[in-house]
Formats: sequence, C-alpha cells, structure tokens
Amino acid sequence: MTSVVIVDDHHLFRAGVRAELDGLVDVLGDAPSVEDAVRLVLEAEPDVVLLDVQMPGGGGVEVIRQVAVRRPAQRFLALSVSDAPEDVIAVIRAGARGYVTKTISGDELADAVRRVADGDAVFSPRLAGFVLDAFAGGLPAEEVDPQLDQLSPREREVLRHIARGYMYKEIAQRLSISTKTVEAHVSAVLRKLQLSNRHELSRWAVERRLID
Amino acid sequence: MSASAAAPLRRDPAHGVIAGVAAGIARRLGIDPVVVRVLFVATSAAGGAGLALYLVGWAVMGGEDGKLAPIERLAGRRETLMVVAGMVLLAIASLLLLRKWGLWLSDAIVWPVLLAAAGGALIWRQSTAPEAPARAPAVAPAAPRAPLLHLPADAASRALIGAALVVGGGLVFLWLNDALQPARDSVLAVVVVLIAATLIFAPWWLRLVRGLSAERAERIRSQERAEVAAHLHDSVLQTLALMQRRVEDPREVAALARRQERELRAWLNGRRAAGDATVASALEGAAAEVEEAHGVPVEVVAVGDAPLDPGAEALVAAAREALVNAAKFAGESPVALYAEVAPGRIEVFVRDRGPGFDPAAVPDDRRGVRESIVGRMERHGGRAIVHTAPGAGTEVELVLER
Repeated sequence: MTSVVIVDDHHLFRAGVRAELDGLVDVLGDAPSVEDAVRLVLEAEPDVVLLDVQMPGGGGVEVIRQVAVRRPAQRFLALSVSDAPEDVIAVIRAGARGYVTKTISGDELADAVRRVADGDAVFSPRLAGFVLDAFAGGLPAEEVDPQLDQLSPREREVLRHIARGYMYKEIAQRLSISTKTVEAHVSAVLRKLQLSNRHELSRWAVERRLID
Repeated sequence: MSASAAAPLRRDPAHGVIAGVAAGIARRLGIDPVVVRVLFVATSAAGGAGLALYLVGWAVMGGEDGKLAPIERLAGRRETLMVVAGMVLLAIASLLLLRKWGLWLSDAIVWPVLLAAAGGALIWRQSTAPEAPARAPAVAPAAPRAPLLHLPADAASRALIGAALVVGGGLVFLWLNDALQPARDSVLAVVVVLIAATLIFAPWWLRLVRGLSAERAERIRSQERAEVAAHLHDSVLQTLALMQRRVEDPREVAALARRQERELRAWLNGRRAAGDATVASALEGAAAEVEEAHGVPVEVVAVGDAPLDPGAEALVAAAREALVNAAKFAGESPVALYAEVAPGRIEVFVRDRGPGFDPAAVPDDRRGVRESIVGRMERHGGRAIVHTAPGAGTEVELVLER
C-alpha cells in the first residue's frame, strides 16, 4: 500500500484526512509544523507527503525546500483551502507533483496520492484552468523556448478536458489515446509549469519569494 | 575578481553618512568605509578636491535600491530639458534685442524681475495644475498617505526650484540696488541664531516626527483590524450561528458553509460581490445562485475574461439554464462549469455526473433545453450542443463566436 505522511497545522483537518484515508493508503504519521514535518519525512521516508500550502514558518514551500536537500526524490502532493493562483503555482514550482483542494473526497484523494506515488502529476480542474490561463497568449518569437514556454495543442486539449471535470480515463476515451498517454501529457505540462520562464509564472514565483 | 565585477558601483545610502558614496565605494573595494571617508575629508581640506570628487560620485552613481543616478535621471528627461533650454535661449535673445533697441527699463530691474517671474510661473503652474493621477492606484484605500505635503517628489522639487528662483530674483534686485548693505549685519545675526537653534532643537524635532509616524501607522493598523473584525462579525459569525441552529439538516448546513466560503474567498481576493460585469463574474454569480437554490455544489473554472455584452449575457443565461438542469438531475455529485474566453470566441461547458439520458427519447413537448438553451444561443449567433448518453452524465457545450 502507498505510504503517506500528512502535514497540516490544523489538528482537526489532520485527523479528518487520516480517518478518510484509513484503509485506502498507509498513513505513517502526521506533523503540525515545518520542522516536525521535515524531521518526520526524512525519518519515515513515505512514498508521498500530503502537504498543506499555508502554514506558519514558510508553509509547504519551505518543507519541500528543506526535504529536497536531503531527499531529492521525495514526492509531494499539495492540499490546500486556497485556490489563489500564486499559492498554487508557487508550491508546484517548488516541486510538488500535484495540487488538490481540501473539498476533495477521500476516494479521490487516495487516488491522487497513488497517482503521485507512481510518478504522475495530479491536476485539479482549477489548476488546469490556471495553467491554461498562464500559458495563454503568444510570446515574442525570440523569447520562446518551445520545449518549455508553450503547450502543444494536444496538451492544451488534455488540460481543457481536466478543467471541464473529466477523469483521465474519460479523457483517454474521448481523445482516442491511452490513459498512459494522457498521464504523459499531464507530466509534460507539470514539467513546463516548473521550469518555464513565462512572465506570468515568474511573477507568481517572485511574489512568493521563490526566486531570491 | 569576477564577484566584484558583477556588483556594479552603487551608492549605499542605508550605510552612508551623507549620500552613501563613500559606503558604496568601500563596499565595492571591500574595505572599511571609514578609510574612504577619511580620504574624502583629507582631500577636501587640501584644496577642496575631495568635495568635488564626492559631488561627481553622487551624480554618476546609482542608488543601492536600483535608483538611477541623478545624471541618468536628467538624461531620461532630455527632451523636456532641450525644449525648456531652447525656450529660455529664445527669450533671452529677444530680451537682448529689446535692450539693444532701447526699449528697456534698466538692468537692475529687468533681470531680477525675470528671474522671479520664472520662479513664480513654476510655482503657479504647480498649484493650479489639476491633481495628478495617483502613481500607484493599487494602494489599499485603508492606508491613506501622509495628508500633509503629499505632492509627488518631482512636483515638490519643482516648487522648491521655483521658490529659490523667486527669492534669488528678490535678492539680486536688492543687491543691484545696494539695498542689502544695511541689512547684512542683522541678516548675519539672524542666520547664526537660526543655525544654533536648529542644532539645539533638531533631535527633539526628529523624535517628534518619528513618534507621529509611528502613531499614524498604529492607527492605520487598528483601523484595518476593526474593518476585518466588522466583516467577520457580519458574515462568518452570523453563518456559524445559523449553522449551529440547523445541525439537524446536513444539506442546509453544507449549503450555508459553501455560501460563506464563497463570500469569504471573494472578500479575500478583493473582488466585490457582483457589480463588475464581466463574463467570468457573471458565470460565477449564476453558479452561486444555482448552488444556493438547488443545494448542489458547482465548481467554476474560468480562463480569460471579457466585458459583458448582450451576446455574452445570453450565453450566461443559457449556461445558467444548463446549470439548473444539471443540478436537478445530477443528484448530489458536483457540477463542473468550465469557461474559456478568448478574443472573438467564448466557450462554456457545463458537465454533471448524473444518469444522463437518451436525447432521442426526449418528447418534443419538453421545451426546456430546446428553447432556453439551444434557441437562445442560436438567436445570438452561437450554438449549443448537448452531449449525453444513459449512464455517462451530461455535458452542455455553448459556443459564441464574435
């Protein structure tokens, strides 16, 4: 079973997620603060860290930073009440492999955790919307790195379906491709999201002091 | 070496005594600023070279905080300067011509008056000019700027130059007419007393100013706190109280919680509830209404935005109808609304995970979808397509080309 550590400064919320995930994934422990989280993650070595974005002391971004130094392969899934683009983009660019909001159901959350553990990316409809927004509009030709700064038509189509509320399986069916291909497209978009220098993304990152 | 080459030579006012020139140089060279300062003072004492060097340094070095050097700032306004210089030269030329022709009072009157007139014009232009638009309209209204002297920096400096010209003109006039001689002794005495008074009272005055600004900051903070408290009281606390009284009806409690969540988010994002008429906000408003009326959560994702015109209004109305249908038939599962607003094209998708239906089996007298969605879109030059099948949910696609 996929192993998970839950990081959130709200006790009630940690207890709630634990109860919902019980039996679906293996919860190794939970932590209420950045320091506790870093210690626990390095000790327990879970497959996935479920990470609250807003916490005192730097939030989820800080946890990712500190863990990445010692355990670069650690996978993170961000879980937040905030749906502000700067929060979402900041934690993704710090290294999280997905972003879901706290209204998600237990089954869907367990599914998202497994997906992240397998190395895939998890996009909520809202995150897909942000990405389409951030990558909308052309760039001056000499500034474009097509590998990073633009979405391919196929990637755009996949994202649009996610934003419309379709599951990967349904998207695969509608576009007549395999689920694996859908996952590959989403992972490619995640990579662009993390590495592109498009100014919308850089601006959000700067606002959250991701770039010093 | 490469490290120092990467760091440009900049003034460092934060660590400086006067303008941070010495501190900037010391930082670049990696030595103690005191050494540089001693050198400046020593060379100043020996013939004034240090003073001149300091002024040049101030003029050509940019500030640590990315400010341009004074020279660069002047160069940036070169066109204005050229125009002004040209006008001044023209004026002087015509005056000299008048002087040559004898249409002239006397040097002792005309030149000082001109100087004072130029200064006066600068000040009057400043005070009669309409209020300049605020540079940063994004500043929160809850944090008012200092009320006294809130001229922009360059306006203030223009007024200062104008005042200097007027005073200078007056002095030149007095000097040319030998009226200054008797006044000199008393003026000297006054100046000495003023300097002494400044030296004595400056510390108190500084402390007073600092105390005032600290107090103002505190007042702004407490105002903001009061505003937040008022908002939380009106909205969140009321809702929580309502929820406690409705514990026996989970559906109602969930609806209350969602409504409050939406309100709080809108408030946090600085959006005003309704009001600004854009496609995205109108869709969000429609979703909120449907959510409230039918108790089914609606997730809205909007990409791009545009002002609301009649065509877009029809599209929103059709989307609202689609949401109502979805809410009626989708049961408890959430409804997704996705809108993409691009130049010349708006697309909206409303998707539910309900039982779906067989379009062929819908009797002709069921006019809901046909009239209020398909018909409405077609009347405004758009189209509506319903994708559905038994067991696969329903998705309504609305497209409006413009």
